[in-house]
Amino acid sequence: MKKVTTLTKTNRLPYFSLYFLWIGLFVIAPVALIVYQSFFGIDHSLTLNNYRTYLSSSVYLRMTFNSFWFAFLITALTLAISYPTAYFLTKLEHRQLWILLIILPTWINLLLKAYAFIGIFSQSGSVNNFLTFIGVGPQQLLFTNTSFILVAAYIQIPFMILPIYNSLVDIDPAIINASHDLGANNFQTLWRVIFPMSINGVRSGVQAVFIPSLSLFMITRLIGGNKVITLGTAIEEHFMTTMNWGMGSTIGVVLIIIMFITMALTAGGRKGKAKS
Amino acid sequence: MAKTETILELQHVYKYFDDFTALDDINFTLDQGKFYSFLGPSGSGKTTILRTVSGLILADKGKVLFDGQDITNLPAEKRKVNTVFQNYALFPHLNVFDNVAFGLRLKKMAKSEIDDRVVAVLKVIQMDGYENRMISELSGGQQQRVAIARAIVNEPRLLLLDESLSALDQKLRQQMQYELRSLQQRLGITFLFVTHDQEEALAMSDEILVMNDGKIQQSGTPVDIYDEPINHFVANFIGASNIVPGVMVRDYEVAFVGKTFECADAGMRPNEKVEVVLRPEDIDVTTPEQGKLVVNVDSQLFRGDHFEINSHDEDGNQWLIYATNSIEDKDKVGLSFTPNALHVMRFNEDEADFDARLSQYEEGDNAD
Ligand SMILES: Nc1ncnc2c1ncn2[C@@H]1O[C@H](COP(=O)(O)OP(=O)(O)O)[C@@H](O)[C@H]1O
Ligand SMILES: [Mg+2]
Repeated sequence: MKKVTTLTKTNRLPYFSLYFLWIGLFVIAPVALIVYQSFFGIDHSLTLNNYRTYLSSSVYLRMTFNSFWFAFLITALTLAISYPTAYFLTKLEHRQLWILLIILPTWINLLLKAYAFIGIFSQSGSVNNFLTFIGVGPQQLLFTNTSFILVAAYIQIPFMILPIYNSLVDIDPAIINASHDLGANNFQTLWRVIFPMSINGVRSGVQAVFIPSLSLFMITRLIGGNKVITLGTAIEEHFMTTMNWGMGSTIGVVLIIIMFITMALTAGGRKGKAKS
Repeated sequence: MAKTETILELQHVYKYFDDFTALDDINFTLDQGKFYSFLGPSGSGKTTILRTVSGLILADKGKVLFDGQDITNLPAEKRKVNTVFQNYALFPHLNVFDNVAFGLRLKKMAKSEIDDRVVAVLKVIQMDGYENRMISELSGGQQQRVAIARAIVNEPRLLLLDESLSALDQKLRQQMQYELRSLQQRLGITFLFVTHDQEEALAMSDEILVMNDGKIQQSGTPVDIYDEPINHFVANFIGASNIVPGVMVRDYEVAFVGKTFECADAGMRPNEKVEVVLRPEDIDVTTPEQGKLVVNVDSQLFRGDHFEINSHDEDGNQWLIYATNSIEDKDKVGLSFTPNALHVMRFNEDEADFDARLSQYEEGDNAD
């Protein structure tokens, strides 16, 4: 027994050190740098002013609220589209092929996709051509909140579909048969068996979509026309334009804290102890 | 109570999976309150029959009648039948109570009545006190009981059990055989039990239906099927048997290994080619002079309550014998048996003809 444990320990050591090196360099160090940076004012003096400004300014608080609100809308829309899609995918033949088609768009650069949508939504784009064709006439589509949410949801959908799909295919078909056998129709089976059994996939999907949605900035700018200022755009602004790295880092710290809170809220026990 | 109400009837049911015929002209009726077993090897179509009865798949041809009503195309959730699934199929996201209450809640039953019923049924299966346990916290035997409770709490008229004991270890399995049988008798529900284990089927059933290749080969009481198998498959599948080719000389006389023997069977063509079944426990070992057959012993195994002897005759037929004593002189051993111990099977006789022939000739020969 002793021999085995010591052996595996020494065997694993190189892998562990690689892992810790990676985590240290690319996770701990950047976060530590951001925290460190957030205590410096624009004049490179050590100060708590950034946090004071953040907490006392209505601009920043509204920005935080905006980020939350839009991330929520994007996540809700993504979930509403992804759950039925994932469920439908499990019923198809050649599922692997369909899944590949869902994954495919994630390989295309975000910027390219954003520019593609600019083309599609522009005054002379295909959507407006169609609207003109059916007699509605061209509409302002770009630089609206709706188009921002739609495009953000489009980009996030694969990250929601995959975990839900995986949790759905894991369900033993015998359990669904048992539900019907006990008198549940399709809807009751979906609501009482399939959905609760896929809740972990929904949680992972919500995390994978909600957290990045908090700090979107490219799409807010290109599609939303910078009308909505979220925490993501504010960070970009501070680092690239005003060069106030301290304030940018402070917002970064706030975002990291929000991420941890979101993770904790959506984590949930593996087996929720239901009461009778 | 000799109340023989028919509860389920299948008429000429066929089921195809692409080109494969999974069910081939299935006909049977089940009476209220009895314990039936479908017995057959893996892949013979047992689960497929259960699913056509529960409604999880629909028959491609033929009729399913429940209580005299045609339910052939009725979906599963509308049938008054419940199933105990092969690997239990309990809901992992619900605790024991909620698993058992699942069917009742769908019926929009009052909460107090649901509570009463679930508590009562958990008592029946000796799982009271386990209401709040999650399924993953239960042993195999306990999961088995919960699966049974989840089905019977709905008070179905017919309970289907698919290989329900197969996943349990030997000891627990034998205990559950007794419990299932007594549960069935207490509740008075018709049980349709599926198994590939012949001992299990023989021990528990009022009636056995033997399946092979999507067809019902033979149905009858365990004793009937054991003593009078219809064909080679059934004789082989149920219990150990010696099966040798023979010729029916005339009624009550059959010839094999170059000799003619008195037997209890009749109703065949003279000189018809047949197969003769002789159960290993019906053979007595004696001296070569007194034996009806003479064999050479190849091997002996001590099995605790008997010796299992493998031997062969001069024609090269193998003979399996269960004897109480071991054999000293292995070269020439006599075998004796009574005429009733011989059972003659015709080739390709169907069940209706077989039953008719047996009932016609059985009166005369006082067969036991
Ligand atoms: N859904 C299905 N699709 C294709 N073939 C099936 C399906 N279900 C069962 N079969 C085939 O039908 C035959 C009988 O299956 P089954 O009823 O499960 O047998 P048993 O329960 O007696 O082991 C098997 O050969 C099996 O492969
Ligand atoms: Mg089966």
